[in-house]
Amino acid sequence: MPTLSVFAPKVRSTNAAPGGPHLDPPGDDEVIRALRAGDEAVFETLVKCYGDSLLRAARGFVRSDHVAEEVVQDTWMRLVGSLERFEGRSSLKTWLFGILINVARNSAHSERRSAPLSSLVADDPNISVPTAAPERFRSPDDPSYPSGWVSFPKSWEGIPEERLLSSETRGVVTQAVKELPPRQAIIITLRDVEGWPAAEVCELLDLSEANQRVLLHRARSLVRRRLEIYLDED
Amino acid sequence: MATSLPTLTCREAVEQATDYYEGVMPPEAVARLQSHLAECEGCANYFAQLRLTVRALSTVAREGSPRLAPRGIIQAFRDWKASRG
Repeated sequence: MPTLSVFAPKVRSTNAAPGGPHLDPPGDDEVIRALRAGDEAVFETLVKCYGDSLLRAARGFVRSDHVAEEVVQDTWMRLVGSLERFEGRSSLKTWLFGILINVARNSAHSERRSAPLSSLVADDPNISVPTAAPERFRSPDDPSYPSGWVSFPKSWEGIPEERLLSSETRGVVTQAVKELPPRQAIIITLRDVEGWPAAEVCELLDLSEANQRVLLHRARSLVRRRLEIYLDED
Repeated sequence: MATSLPTLTCREAVEQATDYYEGVMPPEAVARLQSHLAECEGCANYFAQLRLTVRALSTVAREGSPRLAPRGIIQAFRDWKASRG
């Protein structure tokens, strides 16, 4: 594929996470200028660059993969419709994912994803909930080991790398993310799957750094638990 | 030194994991947690499991291959272009 000058390879910033978008986007101004000028190749590259990330993010909000694809489709349509209005107050990426979140929330609503009360509570960083299962710990009054483990989590050191990073393990992890309340799902997807820095996630979701961490912590804890059940079962 | 802070329980230690990895804990709290992890096999395993969990998550993005833009999207772009004359 010929390299588009506007998408010429750039040196990745050091905090770029593994597995982020496949192409590093150039400066936002350059891209917006090209899009407004009607440069179809740039638009197509942008779609390729963010398509998979958008789809993974959409899956945090809606149940079916089919609806998630529609959400992504609709996001691009809206981006095109509002190209003239982009003012560059946020980055192009944040703007794009902001559109996605609005579209996905509406779809989730019409898909009637009925959120159980427990999941609403779990998604509220201001309500304190224990993240590691409380039954894993002894009581604070335990004479020998207060608030200690009932039984230690196992060491995963003996588990071969191929198993830990197998597509089956990825399936378990992906499924666990789907079970999370929407905000936790999007946060863990952007942070740990897509490799976004915390500040960008806070900006996108209008969350304080502290609340973002609370929700990330809950999300990671649940995914770890699912992985533990899977890896320890044999 | 950790002397000003009470001893950490395991239940408390696991709740600090994300603050620890995000690098937002004050140095004395970091020292207290690290000394707990050095002595507690259960918590050390738990923290190692969390690191591997994040590692497994980071591989999810590598699965997909860059998709071709669906025709409808490109068409929408063309229509928008045309509508501006």
